[in-house]
Amino acid sequence: MAAADGTGTAAAGGTGTREVTATVERMGFFTDTSVCIGCKACEVACKEWNAIPEDGMELTGMSYDNTQGLGASTWRHVAFIEQSKPVVPKEHPGQHQHQGDGAQSPQGEGPQDDADVFALAAQGSGSSELRWLMSSDVCKHCTHAACLDVCPTGSLFRTEFGTVVVQEDICNGCGYCVPACPYGVIEQRPDDGRAFKCTLCYDRLGEGQTPACAKACPTESIQYGPLDELRERAADRVEELHRAGVPDARLYGHDPDDGVGGDGAFFLLLDEPEVYGLPPDPVVTTRDLPAMWKQAGAAALTLLGGLAAAFATSGKPKTTRGSFTRRRP
Amino acid sequence: MTTAPLNGGKRRRKRRGEQTVVPDAEFTSYYGKPILNTPEWKPLNIGGYFFLGGLAGAGSLLAAGATATQRPVMARSMKITSTVAIAGSAAALIHDLGKPARFANMLRVLKPTSPMSVGSWLLAAYGPLAGAAAVSDLTGVLPRAGHAATAGAALLGPAVATYTAVLASDTAAPAWHDGYRELPFVFAGSATAAAAGTALLTAPLRENRPARHAALFGAGLEAAATHRLESRLGIVAETYRKGLAGRLMRSAKVLTAAGALAGAAAGGRNRGLAAMSGAALLAGSVCTRLGVFHAGRAALADPKYTVVPQRERLRAREAAQATMATPSTDHNHAPPTEPT
Ligand code: SF4
Ligand code: SF4
Repeated sequence: MAAADGTGTAAAGGTGTREVTATVERMGFFTDTSVCIGCKACEVACKEWNAIPEDGMELTGMSYDNTQGLGASTWRHVAFIEQSKPVVPKEHPGQHQHQGDGAQSPQGEGPQDDADVFALAAQGSGSSELRWLMSSDVCKHCTHAACLDVCPTGSLFRTEFGTVVVQEDICNGCGYCVPACPYGVIEQRPDDGRAFKCTLCYDRLGEGQTPACAKACPTESIQYGPLDELRERAADRVEELHRAGVPDARLYGHDPDDGVGGDGAFFLLLDEPEVYGLPPDPVVTTRDLPAMWKQAGAAALTLLGGLAAAFATSGKPKTTRGSFTRRRP
Repeated sequence: MTTAPLNGGKRRRKRRGEQTVVPDAEFTSYYGKPILNTPEWKPLNIGGYFFLGGLAGAGSLLAAGATATQRPVMARSMKITSTVAIAGSAAALIHDLGKPARFANMLRVLKPTSPMSVGSWLLAAYGPLAGAAAVSDLTGVLPRAGHAATAGAALLGPAVATYTAVLASDTAAPAWHDGYRELPFVFAGSATAAAAGTALLTAPLRENRPARHAALFGAGLEAAATHRLESRLGIVAETYRKGLAGRLMRSAKVLTAAGALAGAAAGGRNRGLAAMSGAALLAGSVCTRLGVFHAGRAALADPKYTVVPQRERLRAREAAQATMATPSTDHNHAPPTEPT
C-alpha cells in the first residue's frame, strides 16, 4: 500500500523527531461525532482555559457554525452540517455496507433535495429525512506531523505524551508550519505573526488532568485517554453503530498506516471526511522530502552544466578595439 | 470506477468564463471553506525572497565564469549583484517575520527536515562568500582570497537558486507539493534568466556573449519545466492558469522568451537592445516567482484542489486493492471484479 511505503520513506528521510517516542503513554482524543449535540462547550472551555483571544464575531449563515474553522485563535471548532438524509435508513440495513465514495446513501439523493421541511416536520422526527451532523474538530497531533518537521526553529516539539506543541517564546513567526499542515489546523495570529494551535492542554496533562474540552463535553463525544485504549474503544463503537443500523459510521485518522502515520486525535464520522471540512487522504508533506532534495540536486547540476556550456560556447571576449586582450601566462 | 462522479455533488461548484483543461470536478466541501490554512506571507516578501535568492545564486556562477574567462566588467557587476541580491533576499525573509530580532531563532538549530532551516544555514554560508568576492574585486585587496570566495560562492550558487523550490514544495499546498519534480527546474531556469538579464544590462557588448547564451538556456529550461509542471498536475494546474497567478505566469512566459530571443538576436550588436532584453528577462523572472507564489495561495484557498486529487488517489488505491483481492479493511468493501 502507498501509505505503508510512505511511512518507510518518511522514516528514512527524517530525523529523530519523526517517530513518536512518548516517554509516558501516548495520549490522545477520540471524538465520537455520533453523540455530539453541538453545544460548543468544548469551544468555550478551550478559549477560557487557554485564554485565547476573541477572533471575530460574524454570523455566517452556515447552520449554527459561526466559528468557521480551526485557526490561531480557535483550537476547537464545532462543525454543523444539515443534510437531507435520514439518520437511520428506512429499511433496516442489516447487510448494507459502506461503498466507498459516492454510493453510501442512495436514500439521501434525488427527490429529497427539495423536500418540504414543514411537511417533514409534521411527519414527526421518527421518519425525518433531514439529519444534522455535528463534529468538534481539533489538531490531530499527527504521528508524522508536518508542522513539526518543517519548523525551522524547533519551536514545535513532541511532548512526552506524544502530542505536538508550539513554544511561543521560540516561534519566530516564519509561518512555514501553516501551509505544511495537511489539515489546516495551525495558523499565525495576524497582529503577532507567531503560530498557535491546540496544545492538547499540555499544562493540564502535566498535572494528570483531562484537557478542558473533554472535561466540558456533556455527552462524552470528546474522549481523552491513552491512544491504544481509545482506538479499541472506537473500533467497538463503530461496530455497535453498524449493528444499530448506522452504516455511514466510520473512523477517521485511526489508522497508523495512513499518510500521517495515524492521528493522536481521531474521529468517528457519519459521512465522508470532506463533508466536515477534513481532507479525505492527508499525507505528511515531508514524506516526499528526500525526493524533493533529489530533484533540487538535479536542477542545481543542470544549472551548473548549462552555465558552464554558456561560457564554453562563448570563447574569449571579443577584441573590438585593437589589442585589448590581456593574456596571462 | 475512475469516471464515477465524486461524492454527493450536492454542492457542485461551477466556474464560468475561464478556460479549463480538465472538466469541472464535482466534490463536497464544508460550505466551500478551505481545508488548508494560508500563512501570513506577503507576496512581495516571499516572491522577492525567491527571486533575489535565484538572482544571487545564478549570478555567482556568472561571476565565476566571467572571472575565469577574463570578462572583468561582467565579473564585477555580477559579484555586486549577488551580494546585494542575497542581502535583499534575507531582508525580505526577515521583514516577513514581523519582528527582525526573531530571525536569530532561525539559526537556533539545524533541522534537515526543514528546508527553511537548511536554507537559512545555506544563506549564512553563502552570503559572506558572495560579499567577500565583491569586496575583494572592488577594492583589490586579497585577490587570492577573493578568487577563492568567488569559487566558493559559485559552488553554493546552484543550491541557493534551487532550495527555495524545495521550501515551497515541502508544504501541503497542492500547487507546490504536487509540483515538486518540476519546481526546482522552473526556479533554476528563472534564476538563470534573471542573472543573465542583469549581465546583459550591465556588461559591455564585448563581454556579454555568455549572458546571451545563458539567457537562452534559462528561458528554455524554465519554459520546458513549466510546461511539464502544468501538464502533469491535472486539476491543480488550474492554479497556474487562472486568476492573478495565471496572468503572472503568462506575462513571465512572454517577457522571458522575448528577452532571451531579442538578446540572442541583437544583444551582441546593440547596447540599448541588450539592456532592454536584460530588463525583460529580469521582469520575467519576477513574474515567475510571484506567479508560483500566487498559484500556491490559490491552491490553499480552494478546497477543490485538496479534495479532488485526494479522492482520486483513494479511488485508485481502492481499485488496486480490489484487483489484488486483498482482504478488505473497514474502508474497502468493493468486491474483486477482475478474475485475474
Ligand atoms: S494536525 Fe496539523 S498542526 Fe496538528 S500536529 Fe498535525 S500537522 Fe501539526
Ligand atoms: S511559525 Fe513558528 S512554529 Fe511555525 S514553523 Fe515558524 S517558527 Fe515554527
